[in-house]
Amino acid sequence: MTPHFGLPEFGFLLRGLQWTVLLTLVAFAGGCTAGLAVALLRTCGHRSVEWITRIYIGIFQGTPLLLQLFVVYYGLALTGLKLDAFAAVAIGFTVNASAFLGEIWRGAIQAVPRGQTEAAMALGLHYSSRMRDIVLPQAIRISLPATIGYLVQLIKGTSLAAIVGFIELARAGQIVSNQTFQPLLVFGVVGAMYFILCWPLSWWGSRMEARLALANQR
Amino acid sequence: MGYTLDFSVVWHAMPALLWGCVGTLGLALAGMTLAMMIGVAGVAARDSKAAWLRALVIGFVETVRNTPFLVQIFFLFFALPLIGLKLNPTATAIIALGVNGGAYAIEIIRGGVQSIHKGQVEAGYALGLHKGQVFRFIVLKPALRAIYPSLTGQFIMLTLTSSICSAVSAYELTSVAQRIESDTFRSFEVYFFVTFLYLAISWLLMLGFAVVSHRFFSYPTR
Repeated sequence: MTPHFGLPEFGFLLRGLQWTVLLTLVAFAGGCTAGLAVALLRTCGHRSVEWITRIYIGIFQGTPLLLQLFVVYYGLALTGLKLDAFAAVAIGFTVNASAFLGEIWRGAIQAVPRGQTEAAMALGLHYSSRMRDIVLPQAIRISLPATIGYLVQLIKGTSLAAIVGFIELARAGQIVSNQTFQPLLVFGVVGAMYFILCWPLSWWGSRMEARLALANQR
Repeated sequence: MGYTLDFSVVWHAMPALLWGCVGTLGLALAGMTLAMMIGVAGVAARDSKAAWLRALVIGFVETVRNTPFLVQIFFLFFALPLIGLKLNPTATAIIALGVNGGAYAIEIIRGGVQSIHKGQVEAGYALGLHKGQVFRFIVLKPALRAIYPSLTGQFIMLTLTSSICSAVSAYELTSVAQRIESDTFRSFEVYFFVTFLYLAISWLLMLGFAVVSHRFFSYPTR
C-alpha cells in the first residue's frame, strides 16, 4: 500500500530541513573566513596576487555550482580521504562561498573612500590595524545587503547536494514524493519550507539596501 | 591502490560534449526568450491599475526568487502534465528556465523603464520628434543600455543554471557528461573538463556581450 503524505512524511521533510540549515551554516561560516582572506588578497596591492585571486573568483563565477560540487565531490574521493557526504558537500559549498563572498567584500573594501586609508596611514597605523579598525568596519556595513543576498543564494544552492546524493530538504522531498506519489503536494511543501527560510532574509536584505541608498543620498 | 588520471575518455567523447554545449546554449537561448516575454508582460502587469494583478506578479517574483530552481523544475515536471501539457524533458526544462528567468527579468526590465525620466520624453516631443522616434531613441535605446549589463549577466546565470536541468534529463552539457561518466566511470576527469567547457562558454558570452556593448552603447551619457 502506498503511504499518504502525513505526519511521518512531514517529519522526514523537517529533518531534511535541519540538514539544509546545518549545511548552510557550516558553508557560510567557512565561506566567511576563507572569503575574507580572498577579499584581502584581492585588494593587497601586489599585482600577481591580485590576478591569481581574480582568476580564482572568475572560475567560480563562470561555472555552474552543480559542476563545482561534482568536481570537489569526486576530486576529494580521489585523494583517498574518507569523507562522508556531508563533509564533501560542505567543502564544496565553502569553496564556492569563499569566491562569491570574496568578490562581494572586494567591492565593499574598494567602496570605502580612499581618504580613510590615507588618513589611517598618515596617523601611522599599520596594515592590520588599518584594515581591522578603519576599513573593514565600514566595508561590512556597505556589503551587508549583498552578503545577505548571497546567503539566500547559498540556502537555495544547497538543494544541489540532493543531486550528489546527500539527504537534505530537496532530496528528502524526492524520496517522499517517490513513496507517496503525491509530487505536487510534496514539492509544494518543500518549496514553502525554502520560502519560509529565504523570504525573511531577502526582505531584510532589500530593506537594508534601501536604507543604505537613502543614507548615501544625503 | 593508486589512481591515475586518464583524460583520454574526454577526448573520445569530445563530439558528444560539443553537441552538449550546443544543447546548453540552445536551452539557455530558448529559456531567455521565454523569460523576456514573461518579463515584459510581468512589467506591464506589475504597474497595472488592478491591485490583484499587481499582487499576483509580486507573489510570483517573490516565490521564484526565494525557492531553489531544482524544486521549481521538479514541481513543473509534475504540474505541467496536469494542465494538459505533456512535454519532453527538454521542453519542460525550457519552461522552467523561462519561468525562473522571467521573475528576475521583471525586476531588471522594470528598473530600465523607471530609469527613463519623464522630462526626457517631454523634451523629445518639444524638439518635434514623433511618437515612434521618441520611443526608439529616447525610451528604448537608453533603457536597453541601462539594463544591458544586468540582462546579459542574467543570461550567463541562466546558462549556468541550465546545468540543473540534467536532473530531469533534458538534453544539455551536464546530462551528456553524466552519460559519459556512467559509461566510463571517469567521474572526476569528465566533470573537471566539462567545468572548463562551461567556463569557456561563459567567457565567450561575456566577450561577445562586451563587443556588442562597445559597438552600440558607447556614447557619452552627459
